[in-house]
Formats: sequence, C-alpha cells, structure tokens
Amino acid sequence: MAIGLEHYLGVAAILFTIGVFGIFLNRKNVIVILMAVELMLLAVNINLVAFSARLGDLLGQVFALLILTVAAAEAAIGLAILVVFYRNRGTIAVDDINSMKG
Amino acid sequence: MDTVFLAIVFLPLIGAMAAGLLGTAVFRHAGSAPPQPVHHDAEEDHGHHHHYDGPRWPMMLTTALLMVSAVLSWYAFFDVMAGNTYKVVVAEWVRSGALVAAWTLRIDTLSAVMLVVVTTVSALVHVYSHGYMSHDPHQPRFFAYLSLFTFAMLMLVTSDNLLQMFFGWEGVGLASYLLIGFWYTRPSANAAAIKAFVVNRVGDFGFALGIFATFALFGSIEFDPIFAAAPEMAGRTLHFLSWEVDALTLICLLLFMGAMGKSAQFLLHTWLPDAMEGPTPVSALIHAATMVTAGVFLVGRMSPFYELAPDAQAVVVVIGAITAFFAATVGLVQNDIKRIIAYSTCSQLGYMFVAMGVGAYGVGMFHLFTHAYFKALLFLGAGSVIHAMSDEQDIWRMGGLFPYLKKTWAMMLVGTLALTGFPLTAGYYSKDAIIEAAFAAHTPVATFAFWLLVIAALFTSFYSWRLMLVTFHGKPRASRETMARVHDSPPVMMVPLYVLAAGALLAGWLFKDLFIGASEAAFWGQALYRAADNEIIHHMHDVPAWVKWAPFVMMVIGFAVAFLFYIVRTDLPERLARAFRPVYLFLLNKWYFDELYDVLFVRPAFRIGGFLWKGVDQRIIDGIGPDGVSARVLDVTAWVSRLQSGYLYHYAFAMLLGVAALVTYLMVMGG
Repeated sequence: MAIGLEHYLGVAAILFTIGVFGIFLNRKNVIVILMAVELMLLAVNINLVAFSARLGDLLGQVFALLILTVAAAEAAIGLAILVVFYRNRGTIAVDDINSMKG
Repeated sequence: MDTVFLAIVFLPLIGAMAAGLLGTAVFRHAGSAPPQPVHHDAEEDHGHHHHYDGPRWPMMLTTALLMVSAVLSWYAFFDVMAGNTYKVVVAEWVRSGALVAAWTLRIDTLSAVMLVVVTTVSALVHVYSHGYMSHDPHQPRFFAYLSLFTFAMLMLVTSDNLLQMFFGWEGVGLASYLLIGFWYTRPSANAAAIKAFVVNRVGDFGFALGIFATFALFGSIEFDPIFAAAPEMAGRTLHFLSWEVDALTLICLLLFMGAMGKSAQFLLHTWLPDAMEGPTPVSALIHAATMVTAGVFLVGRMSPFYELAPDAQAVVVVIGAITAFFAATVGLVQNDIKRIIAYSTCSQLGYMFVAMGVGAYGVGMFHLFTHAYFKALLFLGAGSVIHAMSDEQDIWRMGGLFPYLKKTWAMMLVGTLALTGFPLTAGYYSKDAIIEAAFAAHTPVATFAFWLLVIAALFTSFYSWRLMLVTFHGKPRASRETMARVHDSPPVMMVPLYVLAAGALLAGWLFKDLFIGASEAAFWGQALYRAADNEIIHHMHDVPAWVKWAPFVMMVIGFAVAFLFYIVRTDLPERLARAFRPVYLFLLNKWYFDELYDVLFVRPAFRIGGFLWKGVDQRIIDGIGPDGVSARVLDVTAWVSRLQSGYLYHYAFAMLLGVAALVTYLMVMGG
C-alpha cells in the first residue's frame, strides 16, 4: 500500500486532536499543556510538509522549519514562565490556576 | 414725573439686589461650599446669642433707598391728587398674537394711595428693623427680602394689565414665604411658610383662571381696553365647567378667589395667623399693612367689572362680613399677642371687603389707608413689647408692664383707640363709614353684613382692650429676671412708632374729605368706577342717628366688659370659659378650621402622595423602568460571569469551538 497524502493528513489530524484533548482534558499539569501545544504545532508541520511534497513547492518545508524554531523558543519561554510561577505559587496544577475567574 | 415713578418702584429692587447679592454670603461663597447654618435651640431663635459682625451698608442702603422712595411717593400722591394720571411704559414684555402685556406703571389715585401706604410703612419698618433685628446674624438677607417685597408690591399696585399684577401678586407671595420662613432653623416657621404659600396657591389658581377668562372674553388683559368694553359684555355668558354662566360674574368671582387667598378671607384665612412665625416687622409690613390688602386693591381696581356683576358683589359682601365676624370671635380668646392682632387684621380686611362689595370703593380704600397705619403701629408696638420681654409672646406671662414701658404703652394705646374707632382717630372715620355704607346699601346681604359688622365692632373693642389691659396692667406675671430686664425700646424702634401713631391719629381726620367726603368724586376720578345708579356715598351720609352711634356704643361696651373682666373681676373670664366650655374651645381652636382642613385636604393629599410615591412611582415606573432594566442587566451579567471560570482549558476549548465553527462556516458557505 502506497502511503499517500491522505495518510499524512490523517496522522496530522489525529495528532492535532490528541493535542486539543491534551489541553482541555488535562487537570494536572501545565507542562502537559505545553506539550499538547507542541503536539498541535507538529501536526500542523506534518500537514505543511505533506502538502509541500505533494505540490512540489519547497515553501511549505521552509515554513515548517520556521515553526519548529518558533516552537522551540516558545517552549523555552513557557518553561521559564512555569519555573517563575512555581516559585511564586508553589504549584503548577492546572486546577489551581484560576485567578482570571470573573 | 416719569423718572419719579420709576425711582419709586425700582429703588427698592436695586436695594434688594445690592443687599441680597453683594451684602450676603452669596458671592463671597460662590464656588465653595455654602456656609453651614448655625443650629440653635428654640430659646435662641431670635439670635440673641449670636451677633452680626458683617458690614452695615446693606441695611443702611436698603433703608435709605426706601426712604427716598417713600418721600417721592408722597410727592407723587400730591401730584396725582391735583388730578393728574400717568402711564409710564418701562418695557415691552409679552406680545403673542392678541395677547399684549407691557411693563407699565399706571399711576392714578388708586395706585398713588397704595404707593404712599406701601412705601411709608415699608420705610418705617426698615428703620424699625434696625433695632428689632440688631442681634440677628442674617440681617442683610432680611433687609433684602423686605426690599424685594416692597418692589413686588409696588409692581402689583402700579400694574396696567392683569399679567403684571399677577407678577407682583406672586412676587409678594414669594417674599412673604421667604420672610415667614426667615428663621429657617425653626420647624414651625418652615411649616407656616409652606402653609402660607400653599393656601395662597389655591387663591392664585382662581386669579389665574380669572385672567384667562378675561382674555377669552375681551381678547385683552390691559386695563383700559377691558374697562371700556366691560359694559357691552354685561349679560354675556361663558362656558365654564359645563355650565353657562354670566361671564362678568364668573370673572369677578374667580378674581375674588385670588383676593380671598391673599387677603386671608374666610375659608382661605388659615395661613395668616400661622404667618406670625415670621419676625414681627414682617408681620407689620406684609401681614397687616400691605400685602394682605392686595385683595382689596384688586377689587377696587376691577371695580368696572364688579359694578356690572351684582351677584359677585353680594358674594364679596357675605365673605367679608363673615370674615369680619369670624376673625373677631376667634380674636376674643387668643393668648398670643401677635395672633390676637393677626385675627384683628383678618377681621378688618373683612370690613374692607364689605365696603368694596356694597360699592363703596372709596370707603374700603380709606379703611385700607388708615388701617395700614394703626395696624402696623399695633404690630410694631407688640414687637417692642416682645423685644422688651425677651421674646415672650403669651399675654398671660406679661401683665403690669405699664410702669416699665410707658412709651410703648402710649403707642399701643393710640393703635387700640384707632382700631376700636375712638372718635377723631383714624378708625373712627373709616370703620364707621363702612358700617354706615353697609346699612345704607339696603340690600338683604348688606343688612346681614351690617349686623355682623356691628357685632364684630363690639368684639374688636373687647379683644383690643383685653390685649392692652392684660399686657400692661394688673400684676406682673413674668419671672423676676425677665421683669428686671424690661425696658423701652431704643429710639430707632420708637421713632417709627411715633410716625405711625401720628398717622393713626390724623390720617382719618386729614383725608376723610378726600377719600369719602365731599370731594371724593374729584379725588378718585377715573380710578374707581361707580355705575350711574350707585349712590351709596350719598346715602351713607343720611343714615339714621342710631346707625352712626352704633359703633361708638359697641366700642364703649367692649371697653367696659374688658375692664370688668380683666381689672375689676379677674375671676370672671375663667368662670365664663368654664361655664361655656364648648364655645370657648370652639373659639380657642379657631372654629376647628385647621383640623377640618387637615382631614379634608391635607391627609387625603398625603395619602394620594404616598400612593403615587410608593405605588405608582416606586413600584410601577421604577419597577418597569430603570430598576427593572438594571435588574435584568444584572441577571444577564451574573450568567455571563459564570462563563469566566478562570480555567485556561475552558478558554482554550471555547476558542477551539470558535475556530471550528468559523472554519466549518467558511468551508460550507465559501465552498
């Protein structure tokens, strides 16, 4: 069975959905949310690369590299924020982070 | 001459504005918090424990301007007496279709007489107030109000149309309100001020309707056109409250309703005794000499109408006679020195209205003229007594003051003699003339009025002498400390009394020929209109001798009874009061008018007000309107705010849903 575009897109969709569920079913840990975001970005990357290969346009792969860089920077900043947050509040449990409640 | 009249009318206004705006704290405190009123107890209300330390010029200025005005008024009076009449157009005011009203000063004999009365008494009261109010911390305000009142009264009496008269009418009502409530920290003064204002509104409502009816009938409210057209309108009818009524009678009755309110006539009299809450100079000026006589002046001014409306004249006679009698009976048993004089004023106003009603306008105006002097004298004399007694007003806590207050006693005696009609004093000429006129009219209502007036003359004499004897004679009943401080008033208060006393003694004798005697027709000229068949002045002089003597006899009997009751057999009044307790209580409670009005009008008004406030305004209007809307907004926001859980994943979920919805939409619709 040849692996076509639809398989790549299916994997990307599954990854994206797992990422989404990772965000709002997760009750424990903010790090998991960061990881889920990361997962969603990767799903998007798979899409981009798949379409790039299919259309024979390198622009998509360049864009995927850009996203990887941004995701790395974002992870670094997110983890740094988390460390500071933990020092201040003593917890990173998602259920305890609700100071935005109206 | 025009400048003279303008000066007479507008100098008091200038004084009032200067003293009121520049002399008080109005401008000094402009832009900052208003000065807090000093709260003082009932005993301190006259401000004896506070002192005025502001500038003296506001008082001096208003008094000086009023004096100039008074001197000019006398000059104008003698000029008008020579037969001149003037019309000074000050400015245009209203010009709307057929409705034209200008600020015009109409100077004829009638207004000249009023000018003299108003400015003279006002100037004297200003002077007197320098002494009487010397301890008050708010003197500039007081003098500003007095001058403002004088201006409004002068506008009223010089008006050339009904609208300007209404302006003055309301102006004096406002000044009266302000002055009755002058000691505004006293709840009773505020209540009395509101009462005076509200009761006057009832009359003013009638006055306003009268003006409307006049305009509807004549198409004008200026005096000259409507007086000229009045004879043609006799017999014309107007549609009023689903009845066809005689137009002139209707107008006269509506205008008289205004007069009843302002002149405290029977049924609308209840405010006048309460108005005594104001400072005594105010009582003398407004509630004795000038404002309350505005109603009499109105009837005199509108005499061309009244002459054509005999039914309205009959009503005026009956109301006047009942007032004269009613107020005199109540005056018999009152214990407050000012209230006795207030009821006396009410009664004397009734006399004036009887004279107006029987067509003897000159006689009524004559009594107005003389009454102003002796009643202002009595009030200011009473003020002098009150001042001496450290603000005591109950005559039963005075007594035996004669040796201490000889000068005041003499002045009060002059006032009493004039009021009771002692021969050759002012009241002797004017009051007796009214009684004779009532007899000479020979109509049933006039005869009814005649008898009531004769009885009222007896009562007048009794209560006046009772006041004198109880206050000045017998044993002192005041505390020793009070008696130790009793002294005659300073000259600044006594001099106005001397001037008024001269008026009370001489005004009748000097002016009787002009006002009601041989030269009265020439004197009044066109100012007072009398129908061709109105011969009352001639008949008045040929009444039987017993009619001429009746008031004098009544005066003597009244004096004798008062002397017996309060000097010889002092136990008699109490035994009499006990024997006729219901009658005594009936009189003491002023025929229960206040209680009756309380049940009939005040409480229903409160109930309606309460219903409208709580039921309609708060429940329905606020409930559906602002309060309802804000409650719904709160409901919605409470629901919305529950969405804001603060959990990150809730927001993320909402965002994803949104993105999904947006993408779906674009795919489906954009496809």
